[in-house]
Amino acid sequence: MSEATAAAPTASATGRKVKFIITRRERPDAPSFTEEFEVPYRPNMNVISALMEIQRNPVNAKGQKTAPVCWESNCLEEVCGACSMVINGKPRQACSTLIDKLEQPIRLEPMSTFPIVRDLVINRERMFNALKKVKAWIPIDGTYDLGPGPRMAESKRQWAYELSKCMTCGVCLEACPNVNDRNSFIGPAPISQVRLFNAHPTGEMNAHERLEALMEEGGIEGCGNSQNCVRSCPKGIPLTTSIAAMNKDTTKQLFKQWLGL
Amino acid sequence: MKGNSYLPRKLHSLLGVIPLGLFIVEHALTNYSAFEGGQEGFSDAIHLLNSLPLIFFMEMFIIWLPILFHGVYGLYIAYQSDLNTGRFSYGRNWAFAWQRITGVITFIFVAWHFYDTRIQLALGNVSHEELGQHMNNIFSNPWAIAAYTVGVLAATFHFANGLWAFLVSWGITIGPRAQKISSRICMGIFVILAAMFLLSIFAFRSDEFATAASAALSAVSVG
Repeated sequence: MSEATAAAPTASATGRKVKFIITRRERPDAPSFTEEFEVPYRPNMNVISALMEIQRNPVNAKGQKTAPVCWESNCLEEVCGACSMVINGKPRQACSTLIDKLEQPIRLEPMSTFPIVRDLVINRERMFNALKKVKAWIPIDGTYDLGPGPRMAESKRQWAYELSKCMTCGVCLEACPNVNDRNSFIGPAPISQVRLFNAHPTGEMNAHERLEALMEEGGIEGCGNSQNCVRSCPKGIPLTTSIAAMNKDTTKQLFKQWLGL
Repeated sequence: MKGNSYLPRKLHSLLGVIPLGLFIVEHALTNYSAFEGGQEGFSDAIHLLNSLPLIFFMEMFIIWLPILFHGVYGLYIAYQSDLNTGRFSYGRNWAFAWQRITGVITFIFVAWHFYDTRIQLALGNVSHEELGQHMNNIFSNPWAIAAYTVGVLAATFHFANGLWAFLVSWGITIGPRAQKISSRICMGIFVILAAMFLLSIFAFRSDEFATAASAALSAVSVG
């Protein structure tokens, strides 16, 4: 650790630069363009710290002054999902992407599956709407004290915890070939959340409501099994297992409806 | 598109296996009789099928109407998909892309093949007994052999990979292990079915069917 900090000034003194090609856009309806930047190298830097450097000194590779590149970030430890962007062709979080592990020039693009607000900033509202649609919460409110809920088995809690790591970052939707303007597919993340909340002993009491939401237009049916989602998820959530499990549960729900059970 | 696509998607997935998957297996077996039993074996197989009761209604409800729905709705599903194998070159994503590409190829191939065989039968240009010769005539054109080879490979892949997806879409294979095993079985089905169809193309080109064809032609010219 101390070695790395000691090395920092010498590394910048060598004048090593990190090359960036960033896809930019001034307004949601403006055309996109690319701009190149050269950022002084520092050991252990990540994409966010490079973007901060551009913000501090907004000069492009041609030496022209330009508007600083906009991006979104919060936690800087890969738990909030805000800084998702396409880095060298793959959607991932800018905070946990280390410059040392990337091929240069580094290409940054917004996740264009979502509406682009400006530069690398996107609007992930459709994901939050999807969570509302599938009722991804556990209703516990009553007009009186309902008392303690049923206990959850520890073995179940352990796999359910994996599903709860979802940070609504949007990477799985960006990777999915069926999330686009022509398709109403809800996307992998909210389907996995239905599995999570239906696994909870109290959440299970409203399981049918969430399954029925997945069986509406813009639900689970658009999945084409490309399985890019599970390969791309930064939290390693078994998304395709969740989708198949919800396929099973919605199929059962369908027969229940038909047979009037 | 308005309305709920949940049921049409489920129906599309189901029809691809039952009855269309069963039909493609039946078709492969009937054709294979040309390879195994020659002219006589093929004639017997055709005769067996046509002696089934209510054959016209079976064709209509088990083959034509399901193919029409599965094909037309399938084109719409293909239209709804982006192909992003350039960015995500994973095996399953390639299978996803090929499922859509082979679906479109199969749609065109089946339309042409249906016109070439079943419509010609209905118009009275070919009789059931002459079907073997008819296929021999078609395969005298090398372009037709190429087109049938592509069509057969597309159709069998589309069925085998579609069967894998059916098992996922109906929640039968859920975990990655089950899906990996089923994908191996389905690729085995693809290889076996494709081999059976290709062998029957090879069989229809043989002299046995050709002499029968020339005999039929001379009979026509004499008549």
